[in-house]
Amino acid sequence: MYRSNVLVCGGTGCTSSDSLKIVDKLNEELKAKGLDKEVNVITTGCFGLCALGPIMVVYPEGSFYSMVKVEDIPEIVEEHLLKGRIVTRLLYQETVENDTVKSLNKTAFYAKQKRVALRNCGVVDPEKIDDYIAQDGYAALGKVLTEMTPEDVIQTMLDSGLRGRGGAGFPTGLKWKFAAGNQADQKYVCCNADEGDPGAFMDRSVLEGDPHVLIEAMAIAAYAIGADKGRVYVRAEYPIAVKRLQIAIDQAREYGLLGEDIFGTGFNFDLELRLGAGAFVCGEETALMTSIEGKRGEPRPRPPFPAVKGLYQKPTILNNVETYANIPQIILKGADWFASMGTEKSKGTKVFALGGKIEHTGLVEVPMGTTLREIVEEIGGGIPNGKKFKASIFLSTTITSSKSAQ
Amino acid sequence: MEMLNIKINGKDYSVEKNTTILEACHQFGIKVPTLCYLKDINEIGACRMCLCEVKGARGLVAACVYPIEREGTEIFTNTPQIRKYRKMNLEHLLSNHDKKCLSCPRNDNCELQKLCLEYGVDEEKFQGEETKYKEDKSTLHLVRNNNKCILCRRCVAACKNQYVSVIGANNRGFDTAISCAFDQDLDQVSCVSCGQCTVVCPTGALVERDDTAKVFEAIADPTKHVVVHTAPSIRATLGECFGMPIGSNVTGKMATALHMLGFDKVFDTNFGADLTIMEEGTEFIHRVKEGGTLPMITSCSPGWIKFCEHYYPDLIPHLSTCKSPQQMQGAMIKSYYAEKAGIDPKDIVVVSVMPCVAKKFEIKRDNQGRDGMQDNDISISTRELAKMIKTAGIQFTELEDGEFDPIMAIGSGAGTIFGASGGVMEAALRTVADILTGEDLAEFEYKEVRGMDDVKEATYNVAGIDVNVAVTSGLKNAAKLLDEIRAGKSKYHFIEVMCCPGGCINGGGQPIQPGHVRNFVDLREKRAEALYDDDRHLPFRKSHDNPEIKAIYDEYLGEPGSHKAHELLHTSYVKRKKY
Repeated sequence: MYRSNVLVCGGTGCTSSDSLKIVDKLNEELKAKGLDKEVNVITTGCFGLCALGPIMVVYPEGSFYSMVKVEDIPEIVEEHLLKGRIVTRLLYQETVENDTVKSLNKTAFYAKQKRVALRNCGVVDPEKIDDYIAQDGYAALGKVLTEMTPEDVIQTMLDSGLRGRGGAGFPTGLKWKFAAGNQADQKYVCCNADEGDPGAFMDRSVLEGDPHVLIEAMAIAAYAIGADKGRVYVRAEYPIAVKRLQIAIDQAREYGLLGEDIFGTGFNFDLELRLGAGAFVCGEETALMTSIEGKRGEPRPRPPFPAVKGLYQKPTILNNVETYANIPQIILKGADWFASMGTEKSKGTKVFALGGKIEHTGLVEVPMGTTLREIVEEIGGGIPNGKKFKASIFLSTTITSSKSAQ
Repeated sequence: MEMLNIKINGKDYSVEKNTTILEACHQFGIKVPTLCYLKDINEIGACRMCLCEVKGARGLVAACVYPIEREGTEIFTNTPQIRKYRKMNLEHLLSNHDKKCLSCPRNDNCELQKLCLEYGVDEEKFQGEETKYKEDKSTLHLVRNNNKCILCRRCVAACKNQYVSVIGANNRGFDTAISCAFDQDLDQVSCVSCGQCTVVCPTGALVERDDTAKVFEAIADPTKHVVVHTAPSIRATLGECFGMPIGSNVTGKMATALHMLGFDKVFDTNFGADLTIMEEGTEFIHRVKEGGTLPMITSCSPGWIKFCEHYYPDLIPHLSTCKSPQQMQGAMIKSYYAEKAGIDPKDIVVVSVMPCVAKKFEIKRDNQGRDGMQDNDISISTRELAKMIKTAGIQFTELEDGEFDPIMAIGSGAGTIFGASGGVMEAALRTVADILTGEDLAEFEYKEVRGMDDVKEATYNVAGIDVNVAVTSGLKNAAKLLDEIRAGKSKYHFIEVMCCPGGCINGGGQPIQPGHVRNFVDLREKRAEALYDDDRHLPFRKSHDNPEIKAIYDEYLGEPGSHKAHELLHTSYVKRKKY
């Protein structure tokens, strides 16, 4: 048992501002002070508030240190971790109120967020399968394999109203239903992790922060449509994601959560990574599959749709990372729970990457139907220097209506 | 067959379920423009010229790949929006296209140019940076000018269909270009020279190497005795270049035109084809009787030979050692004819007119020719001959029928059918059967090996021997038979392979028909029929009955397979690398 847990963001944003050096320095200082058996340092995925990175959170207090520098570490170790005095000066100042530290969930950035897809990002160590399991990880797969028929799973997906997060918003359950209805000697489950829209890093954060959720969800999808092979097409420009995903796959195999006879149910499923070579068009589903096949990634006509003739001309479903990230929660908490969030036609939550001239550059997850103005001005902290919000570019999404933002 | 009631442009029609919009429109007399679509081999919906509207569909759809699946589908092919989009597509294509139409070999026969006229495009609508590529003139058979390429991928598909696939898209976006791996020149890769890419190219990006200037120069040179000979299939296709219907037999007009062009002698390569049968038939009988390598495979098609050398070099012993009819004819012109006419062969320029661009490569092969002379000096395609006729102002369609010149004026029906897939096999069987039985057999039409199926096979009992034969064309199909041989599972004794699908009538040097004709008319069938019809009306229908063939053996060669025949009419092959 540790008396303190220190979570340091190991997402791409914080890593690029030296968060991994902070981890090294922390371990070094803790060892020097003889605290390495009492304080646990964990590298996590993205917290979302990338503008304030590198981010470090100390539990049980929940102290949210922002823009941490390597030089700050001796002071934080000495004062906070050894003597128990929070270094208020280095905290994210929105959490400091009248000399007391308030919960992160009460800050403007986090208050309106609802984290489903990002639930484990910034919480678990993405390189440790036990962390994921401790957060009910693979429980949904267990439930699906032992208590549900493939038809039940598809019906749950249909009832949940989950729609594809890649941009087109096609109902996920319907896609699965089509693929399940086609008989073939081989079917495939694919994941589109070729996130290519400029400025977007929703999928990257899930891959880096919670890779097991993807594996679990793809296994569920495979069970639903009758596939036993999966491919994750991930862009090579996401080296951390690639590395953690591979570690996660290896761990899942070791635990028997990928491979043959999963949970002793006779269900087989295994997964392989395929790296994209940087072509934007390979985010399009038919081009992506052509690329996986080893050919030049160019789109092919539809019909036939992938559910009929997809990868290697076999029935295939392809979903986006963020879509998959919702699925284990839907299985565990039920379709009604998911459908209770969002709008009439778009259920659940949506992750957005905020970039450009905005105070809180970063990653947010909000219920569908949240207005653009709420995202930009409240969660995003508005435009720097008190400037007015005039316009924004939406990339790869069809969801949030800007009821109040013109 | 499920029929669906649909509407096209407001009118009611009935079509078979899953017919594409493009096919349906064709059935009802509407031409939907296409640039990339080639039936069965390039159905990629990429050029976006065939955009049509389907009521209820999201956006416009590509007619070439959109199957009509629902009763009551309403299709529009000619709305203002569609015309606007198609026009804009063309203007975008022209924004990065070398628009030197006047000097382009495809001027007046360019699918892009025709559509631009139909849609009234402004060729300067989108101006800006253009890609600049060096022409690839590395090979003897074609020239690639990527400045004229519209990236339709027809050539890539044609090459893939030939199991060669030495071209593909390189680089990305604006820099995308069709070329060989690592941008090597075409002569550095295992291109077989078939020229199928040139036949399907909608623009002037891929054209045969134009050798007409050399021919005109030779004709104008008073010190040269210029002899031309024309391959069997030319008579069935040349008329197309002058607007005549596909499948018109123009033997007589062609002979007249060649005389008018100023050739000193106009010979028929059907003579060479007959000669080939004498040699090849004899070789086959010899291999069967003496236990030679079987199956024996025909060697008339230089694209096929090069394919075998690159991709199946271990099977070279199966190839007949006979030169092709072109090479035999050239060799005989520079020996037998030269002697008879009393002309120094060094002063003779032999021009062959071929359905083929690989023939341009074949004339320069090693182990052909003699005494430092090539058997043929220049090989031009059907298209190049048409160009010469036009340049000379000869009104081809108005010409009276003329004749070929002795001593190579006569070709048998067996020679003429060389131009269609199955023709060589049938011609050989006509002769082999007569030789083995010692009779003049009355039944000599071997119809099982005719037609356009991928592989045709038959077993004939010839003088008590069961001969298993197979005929194929198109290298994709040839590869199947070769793989069988490699695996030791081939049951055949004799195989005919033609490089181009359908044989020479669909050769890489043949008249170019635009996509909308190629996709909906069986060119091969119609052109082949012209040859079979020619065969039915010729006085001699077996090679060994050809009196000029009898004469050449009597007076010059001795007998088929003689030492002299071997020296002049047979050749050898080389192993080539794939990369």
